[in-house]
Amino acid sequence: MEAFHTHSGIAAPLSRANIDTDAIIPKQFLKRIERSGFGQFLFYEWRFAQDGTPIVDFILNTAPYDKASILVAGPNFGCGSSREHAPWALLDFGFKAIIAPSFADIFYNNCFKNGIVPIVLPDDQVQTLLELTAAKKGTVLTVDLEQQQVVLPDNTTFSFEVDNYRKMLLMNGLDDIGLSLQHEDRITAYEKNALFARPIA
Amino acid sequence: MSQPKTLIDKIWDAHVVREQVGEPSLLYIDLHLVHEVTSPQAFEGLRLSQRSVRRPDLTFATVDHNVPTTDRSKPIEDPISRQQIDTLRNNCQMFGIHLADITSDDQGIVHVIGPELGLTLPGKTIVCGDSHTSTHGAFGALAFGIGTSEVEHVLATQCLQQQRPQTMQVVVRGQLAPGIRAKDLILGIIAKYGTAFGTGYVVEYRGEAIAALSMEERMTICNMSIEAGAKAGLIAPDETTFAYLRGRKYAPQGELFDEAVSLWKTLKTDEDAMFDQTIEFDASTLVPQVTWGTSPGMGANVTDKVPHPSDFADPVVKRSVQLALEYMGLQPGTPITDIAIDRVFIGSCTNGRIEDLRSAADVVKGKKVSERVSAMVVPGSYEVKKQAEREGLHQVFLDAGFEWREPGCSMCLAMNPDVLAPGERCASTSNRNFEGRQGRDGRTHLVSPAMAAAAAIAGHFVDIRTFS
Repeated sequence: MEAFHTHSGIAAPLSRANIDTDAIIPKQFLKRIERSGFGQFLFYEWRFAQDGTPIVDFILNTAPYDKASILVAGPNFGCGSSREHAPWALLDFGFKAIIAPSFADIFYNNCFKNGIVPIVLPDDQVQTLLELTAAKKGTVLTVDLEQQQVVLPDNTTFSFEVDNYRKMLLMNGLDDIGLSLQHEDRITAYEKNALFARPIA
Repeated sequence: MSQPKTLIDKIWDAHVVREQVGEPSLLYIDLHLVHEVTSPQAFEGLRLSQRSVRRPDLTFATVDHNVPTTDRSKPIEDPISRQQIDTLRNNCQMFGIHLADITSDDQGIVHVIGPELGLTLPGKTIVCGDSHTSTHGAFGALAFGIGTSEVEHVLATQCLQQQRPQTMQVVVRGQLAPGIRAKDLILGIIAKYGTAFGTGYVVEYRGEAIAALSMEERMTICNMSIEAGAKAGLIAPDETTFAYLRGRKYAPQGELFDEAVSLWKTLKTDEDAMFDQTIEFDASTLVPQVTWGTSPGMGANVTDKVPHPSDFADPVVKRSVQLALEYMGLQPGTPITDIAIDRVFIGSCTNGRIEDLRSAADVVKGKKVSERVSAMVVPGSYEVKKQAEREGLHQVFLDAGFEWREPGCSMCLAMNPDVLAPGERCASTSNRNFEGRQGRDGRTHLVSPAMAAAAAIAGHFVDIRTFS
């Protein structure tokens, strides 16, 4: 996983509530057995017509939003299926950060595993960003993970919360499986007295 | 005396391998269920890091998402689906994991077979790369869906790094009226409190209406916890739970079962235990539910009308409702019972169990599916299918004009050939009415099995309480 410190990029507004992972990456694209190459299918049914031609008025099909790397969206972003193909598709398209008033748990968690920063801001600040990025095409925002701030073009800053441990993993691009395996002796000790685990025989 | 604890905290505490201030807990996982769609990249990750599966004996795999529900003796036509299923086969063989393959008697939707085989037991921590893993909470297990990176983490370590979740109780008072089912109850709760009231919480469902539910109905409730945003939903185990589990294939047998029951009986929330949040719901006034929009919270009573965007104050919600109505091709003010349907799907991990099929068959018996409707029943597992056939339910459905299929996830998410055509409107017993969920431009209305069956006969939604 790539380490994340700060990122500046074009922000695209997607002003809808409950954007689900079926919309982010429809099921017909979940059959691949690789982690890469999902960006072409991102928001597929919003981006492309039945015959595969781009839907010209969908925001990510219009310049300069087609180069966006920060997404601003409505509440409960990433709800629904646990498919990690959703953050894989967002990352592969070029998104490094997503800003919304709230996220669904599994999606939120999946973002950290893939080096995407999911940022929760209050409703009014998200509304400000939605309006700003819609009104002025190509608006560049900066996400400073270390300072936990989103920086607007006029240098206004919106602060956000992030769990310290997750921040540390993200800033160092660490593999959490490796970290867990450092405690293998504890896992083995637990297994000797496990009360509920039942081997399948 | 020790501090009173919630059931959630009891299960959590029994599974903490390591705790350290400022870090997530290392939580032990008792059962890891695996299917073909969310696992290939996890196994590939293991191979790349030269890691092995720590506990193949606590891991169980099946194929469900991709499998065709037609003749299983023929090869799978879609080459990419076939490759994904072959990949799971190879991975299970390489890492020594038990697989209930496509022709196995144990095959079925992962959340149907876990309980059916007695793999799902009270007090266990259960994960699967599938959001509807919350289903298993019906047995008093802490069960939740995870992404593929976490699937890899569990394969390698049999643990997960997890923050202790906040606890919520949903207290359901009163009793459901005749004809009102668990599906109506969970849809009613989500319509009232929204699709994110559970975010950040594990939910325990409590109250007299919950205690009165069968295991199948409890599974329907816990299944859709994720549609309320909850990490997991659970119900304390009781005599109903123990009776369901006794004699199941992988459950403890004989005296060992009785010993297990003594342990399981301790799995309940202590009196005076505190939850971080409480919400209440009155079951006694609930009527059958039908969703009209593209989010499970966009639901109404069958006696209501399709709402108008101007009924909603919040601008983002208003816009979402407007987009949903456009997508669904519905006019505000249309009575729900005037909505005509083209397809009916009875099945899924929400409502593909034997009791669901019995409930639908009761409605269908001696009647014919409307000429305008194409209807199908997809049992949740081979075991459900065989049991239904022993009871003659398949004949009831076939006589009425339903298709009777092989088990799998099928049209709940339409990864296999069971897909809505653009514009088709479906009464579905599944769990998600998202745009495109059952096929591009397909329109999904979520209902109970009895309501879906009645809609198949009438050709439009009807109030099951007055349907004859």
